[in-house]
Amino acid sequence: MKRTGAEILWESLVAEGVEVVFGICGGAVIHITDALPRYPIRFVLMRHEQAAAHAADGYARATGRVGVCLATSGPGATNLVTGIATAYMDSSPLLAVTGQVPTPVVGTDAFQETDITGITLPITKHNYLVTDIFDLARTLKEAFHLARTGRPGPVLVDIAKDVQAAETGFSYPEGVELPGYIPERPPPEALVRRAAELLNAAERPLILAGHGVLLAGGHAELVALAERGKIPVATTLLGIGVIPGTHPLSLGMAGMHGTLQANRAIQACDLLLAVGTRFDDRVTGNPRTFAPHATIVHVDIDPAEIGKNVAPDLAIVGDAGEFLRALLPLAEPGDRRDWLAEIESWRRESGWEIPLQEEEKLLPQYVIHEIWRATEGKVLMVTDVGQNQMWEAQYYLHELPGSLITSGGLGTMGFALPAAIGAQVGRPDTQVWVIVGDGGIQMTIQELATVVQEGLPLKIAVINNGFLGMVRQWQELFFDRNYCATCLRNPDFARVAEAYGIRGLRVRQRHEVRVAIQEALETEGPVLIDFHVEQEANVFPMVAPGRPLSEMILPERKEAR
Amino acid sequence: MRHTLVAAVEDKPGVLNRMVSLFRRRRYNIESLAVGHSETPGISRMTFVVEGDDRVIEQVKKQLEKLVNVIEVRDVTGEPAVIRELALIRVRATGEQRGEVAQLVELYRARVVDVDHDSLMVEVTGTEEKVNHLITLLEPFGIEEIVRTGPVAMVRGARPKEFRMNVLK
Repeated sequence: MKRTGAEILWESLVAEGVEVVFGICGGAVIHITDALPRYPIRFVLMRHEQAAAHAADGYARATGRVGVCLATSGPGATNLVTGIATAYMDSSPLLAVTGQVPTPVVGTDAFQETDITGITLPITKHNYLVTDIFDLARTLKEAFHLARTGRPGPVLVDIAKDVQAAETGFSYPEGVELPGYIPERPPPEALVRRAAELLNAAERPLILAGHGVLLAGGHAELVALAERGKIPVATTLLGIGVIPGTHPLSLGMAGMHGTLQANRAIQACDLLLAVGTRFDDRVTGNPRTFAPHATIVHVDIDPAEIGKNVAPDLAIVGDAGEFLRALLPLAEPGDRRDWLAEIESWRRESGWEIPLQEEEKLLPQYVIHEIWRATEGKVLMVTDVGQNQMWEAQYYLHELPGSLITSGGLGTMGFALPAAIGAQVGRPDTQVWVIVGDGGIQMTIQELATVVQEGLPLKIAVINNGFLGMVRQWQELFFDRNYCATCLRNPDFARVAEAYGIRGLRVRQRHEVRVAIQEALETEGPVLIDFHVEQEANVFPMVAPGRPLSEMILPERKEAR
Repeated sequence: MRHTLVAAVEDKPGVLNRMVSLFRRRRYNIESLAVGHSETPGISRMTFVVEGDDRVIEQVKKQLEKLVNVIEVRDVTGEPAVIRELALIRVRATGEQRGEVAQLVELYRARVVDVDHDSLMVEVTGTEEKVNHLITLLEPFGIEEIVRTGPVAMVRGARPKEFRMNVLK
């Protein structure tokens, strides 16, 4: 039976098990939206294409499935770019479908024509322009395969409008022919054995766990490995949740705003087992002074990450989960009492609790910690970028793997709200919180309309300090408090929320925090709480950019005054 | 150090663009690039010369191999390989100079492929050094135009890998 290109798209999506698409319609995808009602797929109509890409990304991260977004040609497609780049940097499986002007006018600067495959070339795992209906089903099959296998990532398929309307017979291909693509990489046995030997012989071993462990579903093995050998675990930002935040072997996040114990452990360990991480500069500080006493074992599924930023002593290309499953039986029990005692002394020295003890001011760390207390560390947190993101990473102790969704690599402000929409759509029974600053919320605030339209019970905490806070912090520390272009005069966010039909609360005092959080938890639908926090609170510890991890700026202790 | 790399790539639209875009974005210093069909239909073979230390070249190789349409990249710099370049050189030559140019051409096993009333077009094949030498020797006559392909390379003795299509079941 003949199908139009638009129908082939939907049939292919159905065949891939897609249940929801995030997007906005438009002239170059009108055949596609026209065919949609005939298929069992939910279309979440966003208010901006950037948000559609973030929502599909959030959906993908929350469910582990490919998130799909749809946009029209030209500005619709270019609006996706930030979202695609975000997904690319964080290895999130995304399929972006865009409409293109009809094939006969491609290349003529037609109305709403843009070279979106050219534009997204360096920010997609792969992309396609489909100008022949005969190629469409095969292209979609390949696109899904590429997005979800190996190191996941975004794939864009640009479909010319005439292809959407053309007709042909349809059968969804069973396989793909990609001779240059090798997604499965079993970690070589001999190298796993070598890694086990190094680990067993180490006196001060440390595991640095990244996003790859979560993507590969290796968290349980990782915790088992840590417990058997009494090996402490530090994580990257995207690795948070690999080990419960309250686990005695958890050191928390490493890097620029990492914990004292995590960074000291990296600088003191004799063996660093880095799994599923790419040694981002925010993690390593100055790479030349990173882990100076350690034999570095680097495990990653992407061969190009090996030796890119940090040269390892033992390199293992492979799936993090498979590696950990192979390593676990080879790991010997250990106690490492001295090493752990030293780490405990760093933990006591860290001053982590100082901001929580402040009685007079409303500190953002306290707000985050109270949300943690009220939700027992078990809800899905979606954070924006900047100070709010770092405070969440420090003061919300995640109990569950995959319970933090945040833009790590690209650091995209405006990510949290739309990503949370995608996450909540994908996991309707999970409580989803949004942590966002007063700067970031306004970059995608229009999506409050989507929240209401879709009936999503998001709990939105605006950490409002009247500044683009992280940049302000840098200005304070490195630019002589020259607060240029960082001060925000904000609207009343609670009233903005109310205007959209969302319950809006306002908190100015410390004693109001618990009450407001409780109220949010007891409200069935969406709630926005505008927390007016101390304006010039800083994120500490901090390692200045390009400095060694050993040079940490710590929070000030009050008793010193 | 200069490295010569040989890549097998799928012959699909945009592949060259993907590779060149990668060179630009990651600031790899590419000196030449030659591309053409291989022995397998649908697969092109590309030879390119890149400047960089071992760590950079390793990254070039891995980043290229990460491209979906790139099948294999091999650094043939240290291997026993035949590396050849073709150049067309238009050199000014009138009267008795024609004989001198023809002599040089003969010595370098090059050929005169076109004759105009005051110039000759010379075709030369060989290593980059050989081509450079001939150009130096022809310079005094006055060179009007040069076109070079950039080197192509093939490893001696070894048969290439067969390109198998890995079909997903």
